[in-house]
Amino acid sequence: MTRLGVTRLLAILAAAILAAAAIAGCGSSSSESDAADTGASTSASADSGGDAIKVGILHSLSGTMAISEVTVRDSELLAIDEINRSGGVLGKQIEPVIEDGASDWPTFAEKAQKLISEDRVAATFGGWTSASRKAMLPVFESNRALLFYPVQYEGLEQSPYIFYSGATTNQQIIPGLEYLKEQGARSLFLVGSDYVFPRTANKEIKAWARANDVEILGEEYTPLGHTEYGTLISKLQEARPDAVFNTLNGDSNVAFFKQLKGAGVSARDMPVMSVSVAEEEVAGIGPENIAGHPVAWNYYQTTDTPENRRFVRAFKDRYGADRVTSDPMEAGYVQVHIWAKAVEKAGSTDPEKVKEAARGLTFDAPEGRVRVDDVNQHLYKTARIGVIEPDGQIREVWSSGRPIAPDPYLRTYDWASGL
Amino acid sequence: MATMAKLFPAGSGRGAFLVRFTLAAAALLLVAPALLNDFRLNLLARYLCLAIIAVGIGLAWGQGGMLVLGQGLFFGLGGYAMGMHMKLEEAAALPSGPQLPDFMTWSGVESLPWLWVPFRSAAFAIAACVLVPMIVAAVLGTLIFRQRVRGAYFAILSQAMAAAFVIVLIGQQGLTGGTNGLTNFRSFFGLQLSNPDDKRLLYLFVAVVFLAVFLIARQLVRSRYGKVLVACRDAEDRVRFLGYDPTRVKVLAYAGAAGMAGLAGALYVPVVGIMSPALLGIVPSIEMVIWVALGGRTVLAWAAAGAIIVGWARTDLSERFPSGWLYAQGALFIIVIAFAPKGLAGVSEELQRRVRSLLSRRRSETPAPERVKVAA
Repeated sequence: MTRLGVTRLLAILAAAILAAAAIAGCGSSSSESDAADTGASTSASADSGGDAIKVGILHSLSGTMAISEVTVRDSELLAIDEINRSGGVLGKQIEPVIEDGASDWPTFAEKAQKLISEDRVAATFGGWTSASRKAMLPVFESNRALLFYPVQYEGLEQSPYIFYSGATTNQQIIPGLEYLKEQGARSLFLVGSDYVFPRTANKEIKAWARANDVEILGEEYTPLGHTEYGTLISKLQEARPDAVFNTLNGDSNVAFFKQLKGAGVSARDMPVMSVSVAEEEVAGIGPENIAGHPVAWNYYQTTDTPENRRFVRAFKDRYGADRVTSDPMEAGYVQVHIWAKAVEKAGSTDPEKVKEAARGLTFDAPEGRVRVDDVNQHLYKTARIGVIEPDGQIREVWSSGRPIAPDPYLRTYDWASGL
Repeated sequence: MATMAKLFPAGSGRGAFLVRFTLAAAALLLVAPALLNDFRLNLLARYLCLAIIAVGIGLAWGQGGMLVLGQGLFFGLGGYAMGMHMKLEEAAALPSGPQLPDFMTWSGVESLPWLWVPFRSAAFAIAACVLVPMIVAAVLGTLIFRQRVRGAYFAILSQAMAAAFVIVLIGQQGLTGGTNGLTNFRSFFGLQLSNPDDKRLLYLFVAVVFLAVFLIARQLVRSRYGKVLVACRDAEDRVRFLGYDPTRVKVLAYAGAAGMAGLAGALYVPVVGIMSPALLGIVPSIEMVIWVALGGRTVLAWAAAGAIIVGWARTDLSERFPSGWLYAQGALFIIVIAFAPKGLAGVSEELQRRVRSLLSRRRSETPAPERVKVAA
């Protein structure tokens, strides 16, 4: 190969990478500008100390996860703002230090360490994917620092230095399954993205199905970012399950639901229960493509509490009337408030004291009252099943009525004893 | 005076290299640990791991002309080999239970898969880190180069291998940890990874390995073999007509680069504490080549420097501009490749040439004292 050829090839490669980065960044860049300014100014005054308490905000602001994680960062900044306006914690203002996890697990570990050892943050709010949480876990444990993680996950974890503000399996997936069974579903087909959350969740679903006389007709995984669902949909049409349990994540949902509708399968024929599709994703899929399908979460923008009306109004005031709120965003908002309450109660930001103070703490969240579990540091949360409406909102059709105790290892379920 | 002249010779011979190498070694082994805090020193250890890959790419691509776009494969093979051993060490220390790595328990694996069994032995794991990538590269290389596949076709092939490897890793969650990869390492051959002093020791170890790898690669490039390798790059057919077997020459460089990437992966695991498919796919593999292009592919030292500079710039830019740093990094790549096609090595060469010509012009303006000295 001549020297010119190599140079040109490299130039093309570099341009391709830049373009990919630009595309990934585009989704978030519009809403980011104001928050980015806060980030820049805070890191500039990083060592001012004294009258401010620093906290870390560590989400992916670039890469494939940016589109989801940026929304959580926004709601966390809103919560920090609210607390600061009402006097801060321990009489000091909270100062967010924003870092980019870049949808890259080792980067999450690096930035977590940076927040702890360089910025000396009192706590960090961050993560979305299970992989990013698993990458950060040893960092927080070895530094004895606190991480608040806002997204529903597959359970089977209980780190002493992580607070889990999203649902664990028994607060989301199992209610979803029970609802389908109640609706008369006797057979299920499992569809998921190929990574840890869907695979582990499906392992639990299969154990549940054995105990509940529900037949699993098939289990299919596609790579993250996969968009060609023709084959999978014909398998679904052949198997004719009563319902589909969907653990696809990210962009794949857009392709899956569009192609499902294109194949003429309606929500009435074959309801698809999703656990990773919230208001934000519905907007991306297009409400007309997914209307009528059920989802399982703990919070919807339509959840009817005074706290939620206040939260939705404050969010839209700050970020624009066209923005929606979703379950992970609510969890992000709630976990900042819970940390602040625990710090006030402890009278200190010391992680051990905050952990002690957080035990049994309650907070009137937009989803209703939540409570921190005494032992496993997950939240008591109300399970809610909703159906997607043609306007993109989600209407609640079933609720557990009261907060369900978190049980990450499913110890209270006989069928789960072998997991 | 004579010894001074020997230590600081004018030309770029062996002596000049020794001086530069000693300075670099002193900077890495003495100055950096003295100046940097624990966190930054650990980051430097990571950049040095990446620099080891870059030295390998400098060898295969810069000297051998093979555009290796799939080094993630070999980096991953080494990294997983070391990660598997470290996970097993920790599992063996567990007080009770089936003594399986954590991710196997939550993936529903009940007994240790056969592939993992030999990695209980430290000697096997260490050997596998380097030898497995080398053997894989040797087999692949022999098949590819014997068919006289080169240029863009070779680049695409090597990249496809990295992509396939990632798909296998993600699909076999029970065996490999899936997308999460291997995480949560506590110790590395007796070093406690949560202990700052042990981490400093680990840095020194990585720095020594890096310097050793660099010396080996440099020796290889300067040997007669290195000359044939460059000849293969520039005129493969002529080399063949002269009676050499270009396949064998290229396979050796390719396997060498793979072994270095594997070694880098093995060191990366204790330094960063994670090994996952996200580090090995197409994009990370291309990034590895970009470091080398940015530094200067024909000069090993600059190839390594490219990796360190890009790693450092990535950290620094992303800390300064958390939401816009990718644009800055992209702009950096474009500027260097558009205006300095030979990378920073070319820039430095040009600067040296200018300084030299400036000096010689000055010298020719005042020639008299020089001549007098020489005459005396």
